[in-house]
Amino acid sequence: MTVAPASFRSVLEVRGLTVRLPERADRRFAIEDVSFEVAAGEIVCVVGESGSGKSVTAYTVMGLLPRGLVPVAGEVLLEGANLLARPAAELRRLRGRRMAMIFQEPMTALNPVLTVGAQIEEVLEIHTTLNAAERRARVIAAMREVALPEPEQLYHAYPHQLSGGQRQRVMIAMALILEPALLVADEPTTALDVTTQAQILALIRDLQRRHGTAVLFITHDFGVVAEIADRVVVMQHGRVVEQGPVREILFRPRHPYTRMLIAAVPGLTPPERPPVSKPPALVVRGLSKVFEERGWFGIRRRVEALRSASFAVRHGETVGVVGESGSGKSTLARCIVRLLEPTSGEVEVAGHRFGAGTRRIDRRLRRDVQIVFQDPYRSLNPRRTVGQSIIEGPMNFGVPKAEALARARSLLRIVRMDPDCLDRYPHQFSGGQRQRLCIARALALEPKVLIADEAVSALDVSVQAQVLELLDEVKRRFDLALLFITHDLRVAATICDRILVMRQGEVVEEGPTREVFATPRHPYTRALLDAAPGKGVIFGAASSACG
Amino acid sequence: MWGYVLRRLLATVPVMGVVVLVVFLILRLTPGDPAAVIAGDYASAADIARIRSQLGLDRPLLEQFLTWLAQVLRGDLGTSIFTNLPVTTLIAQRLEPTLLLALTTITFSVLVAVPLGTLAAWRAGGLLDRCVMLFSVAGFSVPVFVLGYLLIYLFAMGLQLLPVQGYRSPFTDGLGPFLRHIALPTLTLGTVFVALIARMTRATVMDVLHEDHVRTARAKGQHELRVMTRHVLRNAAVPIVTVIGLGVALLIGGVVVTESVYNIPGLGRLVLDAVLKRDYPIIQGLIILFSFVYILINLVIDLVYTLFDPRIRY
Repeated sequence: MTVAPASFRSVLEVRGLTVRLPERADRRFAIEDVSFEVAAGEIVCVVGESGSGKSVTAYTVMGLLPRGLVPVAGEVLLEGANLLARPAAELRRLRGRRMAMIFQEPMTALNPVLTVGAQIEEVLEIHTTLNAAERRARVIAAMREVALPEPEQLYHAYPHQLSGGQRQRVMIAMALILEPALLVADEPTTALDVTTQAQILALIRDLQRRHGTAVLFITHDFGVVAEIADRVVVMQHGRVVEQGPVREILFRPRHPYTRMLIAAVPGLTPPERPPVSKPPALVVRGLSKVFEERGWFGIRRRVEALRSASFAVRHGETVGVVGESGSGKSTLARCIVRLLEPTSGEVEVAGHRFGAGTRRIDRRLRRDVQIVFQDPYRSLNPRRTVGQSIIEGPMNFGVPKAEALARARSLLRIVRMDPDCLDRYPHQFSGGQRQRLCIARALALEPKVLIADEAVSALDVSVQAQVLELLDEVKRRFDLALLFITHDLRVAATICDRILVMRQGEVVEEGPTREVFATPRHPYTRALLDAAPGKGVIFGAASSACG
Repeated sequence: MWGYVLRRLLATVPVMGVVVLVVFLILRLTPGDPAAVIAGDYASAADIARIRSQLGLDRPLLEQFLTWLAQVLRGDLGTSIFTNLPVTTLIAQRLEPTLLLALTTITFSVLVAVPLGTLAAWRAGGLLDRCVMLFSVAGFSVPVFVLGYLLIYLFAMGLQLLPVQGYRSPFTDGLGPFLRHIALPTLTLGTVFVALIARMTRATVMDVLHEDHVRTARAKGQHELRVMTRHVLRNAAVPIVTVIGLGVALLIGGVVVTESVYNIPGLGRLVLDAVLKRDYPIIQGLIILFSFVYILINLVIDLVYTLFDPRIRY
């Protein structure tokens, strides 16, 4: 075993690290001349947007780069030993023992066909000579330390039987069981709900302090940075643009990119908004959805995904629906646009009522209510040009092709895209551009109601701010009723006039955004607000743009 | 789980019902008088009449069907027209070589194809991968009988390593002679399976290799070989097992040709002989047997899924 001499201040030292991309990539190097250190007992956050090279940095440290990416210069020193110069077998002995990693997606990062106990135990099988009984005891102890309930029973559970938070706890137990000197965490809370995220961040913080672990924490979220970091490394286009202590970076950022990133994080204090007094465009009355799984002998499982939701959205008003996964907010959206058939209740759009149980869906609903989805990579047909996707809707409603095309061109100008984009395919655009195209597609039908279902959640913060601004602008321009579904309270605070808080299929609180944020009445709303990462730091320098 | 097995077994009843009905109609819908066909070119009218009444063809169709169905349900598949032996006896006599050939073929194919496919996926795009894929295409394209005679020419006549033809039972002649005689038929019949299973394994393993949990296993410091066996192959198992199951249907066709080429006295030869002589009761019996085996294998495959994937529960 390599025992680190006490004189080593840094557990991890990265010096002038450069990683080459395969040929034909859009740039030569994934990361270039990256240098930073992580000391024992310190959490260093590497922050950046997609393509900044933060994940490549983490994977280079672990020696887990995908084929094609090659470190060509620099050093990665773990407890003084240069990992890049070590043979593969030695790296393998270090992984899991002296350095460990946790990942973004706790569902897919665990092997679905092995019990979680066996997967934690595997680390001990690889690196220790403990016998089966000793290993088991260590695993149970590790599971207890990450506060997993009833570890003896949970040992035999499979990943799909656990919640997202529990799975991430299993990952953490697995990573820390041999008390590695370095923990690399790649966006470990990004896929989790806010309340779960707060718990996992607290757990990492707590364990790291207790064991004196050095943590390299990769994130795109400045809220999380504010919550957990001791020091921050900011990366852009594969280079480190700024690094320093967390207070320094958050309150006195020097590099314009850092300033832009911090300014783009929406604040948690909603701006003053005058109430909207126009007539309602969308009225939802007692909308419910029950999912039933039928077995051979009657109903096996019954889930009330949506329980009698009632509310209205006025022309020119933005109503936010916030809640965690499983709260029923997406079911609500899908029931309104009738991608799902509601079990009971009705939806009224511009004076027309659409009740539950009518088999044939009125085409007026299809035209008047449009939806923009979360993932701009998957919601455009990859084999059709952008133009074909945009004009398809209007042409279905009898608009001649020439007119539809003219409308598409003017819409592209409104969403600030070049009208010549019409002949190109979705893969030729970035995520933010695609989301603009999705908005243009939705607007092409001249809807009265626009539903944005987590429409900015998959985007980088800087792009997110622009798309939010665009949504606000088109809402005013076309006098739309905007139903904005999000799990992100900061985003909701920025754009919404009023807010509905959902939990387990039920609307538990409703009111003007400012009021809900300032004086939340329901305990769940309070819990959500408390869990928002980085709430101690005032963000939101740029959010006035949408005010 | 046992409830599921019971339900699935019950569900085979209507399927077998359809099989039995179709088999029954095959005989009745054959162009011309089956009795005349059976009796042959030099039969007298009396001979044909005798065969007609022997087959029960002079009675109403429904009655014929019910009588025959009752027989089948009692396990009586009728009597061979030419040998005058009960069909069940004939099948029992021929069962051993075919079962053992099927067993050696499947074992051989899985043992060769799964590692081959896995290696190809692990080094996708490399020389080994391209060789495996080339072999796979060739294995699909070469007809069983061509391959059979080619192998005989090479190993039996050229190198004189293995016997040309025939079958030895492991129970009466010993394991050595059995293996020497079954080697070439297994290779002949197995090639197409190796091609099929290797292709499927390669595709599935390549998918699984991109999954996040494989990265997790590597991050633990797990050895690459153990990553492949413990993490990748178990996750790739379900599609591979499916193909192996489907392959059994292919096997039935392959057995007929292979047993003819190597002169093995198995069910495949029985099928061939029965078809050539138009021995309808034997054909009926064999179709019913093969259908039932196929349905059972599918049930077994579905149950095997649960061994590999805990998310599949019935």
